[in-house]
Amino acid sequence: MDLENQKRVKDFADEYGAENLVVVLGAAEGEAAGLAAETVTAGDPTFAGPLTGVQLGLTVYHVCEPEMKEEFDEAVYDEQVSMMEMVLDVDDIVSEMSSIRDEFCKYL
Amino acid sequence: MNSVIRGASYVLAHTPQMVVYNGTTQTTERIVNPESEYLKELESHLRSYEECVNYWPNQVYIGNATPEDLAGVEFPYYDKVKEGAERYGKYGEIMPEEEFILLVQACDQFEVVKIDKDFVSAHKDALANDPIITEDIVAKVEAGVELSEIEAAVKDEHAEGIYVAGKLVACVKRAHDIDVNLSAHVMHENLMSKASSVLALLYGVRNAGINKDDIEYVIDCAEEACGDMNQRGGGNFAKAAAEIAGLNNATGSDSRGFCAGPSHALIEAAALVKSGAYKCVAVTAGGCTAKLGMNGKDHVKKGLPILEDCLAGFCVILSENDGVNPEINLDILGRHTVGTGSAPQNVIGSLVADPLERAGLKITDIDKFSPEMQNPDITKPAGAGDVPMANYKMIAALAVKRGELDRKELASFSTNHGLTGWAPTQGHIPSGVPYIGFAREDILAGKMKTAMIIGKGSLFLGRMTNLFDGVSFVIQANTKAEAEKASGVSEEEVKGLIAKAMKDFAASLIAE
Repeated sequence: MDLENQKRVKDFADEYGAENLVVVLGAAEGEAAGLAAETVTAGDPTFAGPLTGVQLGLTVYHVCEPEMKEEFDEAVYDEQVSMMEMVLDVDDIVSEMSSIRDEFCKYL
Repeated sequence: MNSVIRGASYVLAHTPQMVVYNGTTQTTERIVNPESEYLKELESHLRSYEECVNYWPNQVYIGNATPEDLAGVEFPYYDKVKEGAERYGKYGEIMPEEEFILLVQACDQFEVVKIDKDFVSAHKDALANDPIITEDIVAKVEAGVELSEIEAAVKDEHAEGIYVAGKLVACVKRAHDIDVNLSAHVMHENLMSKASSVLALLYGVRNAGINKDDIEYVIDCAEEACGDMNQRGGGNFAKAAAEIAGLNNATGSDSRGFCAGPSHALIEAAALVKSGAYKCVAVTAGGCTAKLGMNGKDHVKKGLPILEDCLAGFCVILSENDGVNPEINLDILGRHTVGTGSAPQNVIGSLVADPLERAGLKITDIDKFSPEMQNPDITKPAGAGDVPMANYKMIAALAVKRGELDRKELASFSTNHGLTGWAPTQGHIPSGVPYIGFAREDILAGKMKTAMIIGKGSLFLGRMTNLFDGVSFVIQANTKAEAEKASGVSEEEVKGLIAKAMKDFAASLIAE
């Protein structure tokens, strides 16, 4: 995850409390989504950014996961996300995200 | 009348040591984690020049193989050898690091590049033997200095060291004592960009079959900025590179737009030619040292060589319609506007579907799409997937949503309308333009009629706006003969009519 984005996530967690934060990802690959999810839960796995060694344990979802999809207005989802849903390997993303959440999320 | 694509060039400079010393992934790591395993392992993952030349995607980039050939190579590519691989290709070359360092000095007008004299004498002949490098360029290479002078500059004056095989051989000195815009780091970055742009311009002129003096305007569309503390980014790479390349009849300017820069620049160039402002325009860009080894950590972790070890450059020459070469059709332009939004379907809609719809065309009417043509050998191990393939899937999905493609044809869309990525991940370099050379040839050969070039840029990286950006245009077979037929009078006929009128006028003057 971009170093600046890591900083922003950390700042929001400090400001609003980690338990009040949900991170929504839009990565195009399961592996990339998993890396970002790991960064905001267990810390930066590349040891480069502000979240290195910081285990925020945030609640994190990919926008194509069913839990997220049901939160959306159907028309908005169709307009903004449905095309990517057709393109992405959603099963792979769900499996990556679930395993990271099961292991590192503190607020579920 | 639309402008035509006279020729295109694509060049690489193999610079493995700049991966180590100038790539931001490595320089950042050296600051935050100086003892890391990655830095210890890095050098053993660097490729030799021969390995770099034998690499399939590089051979495609310089034109010794086609994207179709690459599609037939079993993935991954890094462990395959392209049989018959060569330094020189029909679009350009892969220049070795030693010769490139000398070319960089030839591009230095302010005596900031200092090279070890033994290094100069060992490699100057090799540079002179490069058929594209002219005598006046070789003459600009200085005899060199004592190595101790270079060591002192690096140690005491913040000069940026240039290394070959782990040994200090040259340096770029700062061009000002306190101005960070002229620091050794910035001068190094800018000179590398300029030198690779010069190489691309030289091949661009050769490949277009024109004279250097034919070029009236040059647009540089790289991602660097040159200027001093009072005008950071003032420019002008275009004219600076044109000077070294010997384009004495040209002026120019820089155009920027992150990775979308080349597509913006080509539309601007096509408009300049079509309007008659300039008859012949070169769009050029050099490479980016900061991006060398950008995904190196993932490559090393997965036991791969460092695949981002080349600076890349390209040049496309546009000129007035010659009735032969493929045209840039300015009536079909896609643009991501301020109001478009950043959802992928809005982005692809604005760049692909909308311009085609305005022209009464469907997505499937375009023979080949060239979006971001990153080499998947580099991006896949880094978790970023196959970028061209992701783009084709999005374009196909949009075509399905619009009822222009049957859902069953989703999978075959990328084979029929797409290409396998081969371009180095140098930001602006892979963004649509690597295909222009091949598209021109295939259209001239009658193998296809249309190609859409799509450039996309991540403007938010500059922290000035959160917006995304992109523009697209269509290259088509030459339509001059049809246009003249439709208008009922050819250029030759017009010339004939004017000549007759002039003769009659002269005759009437003599009679008086």
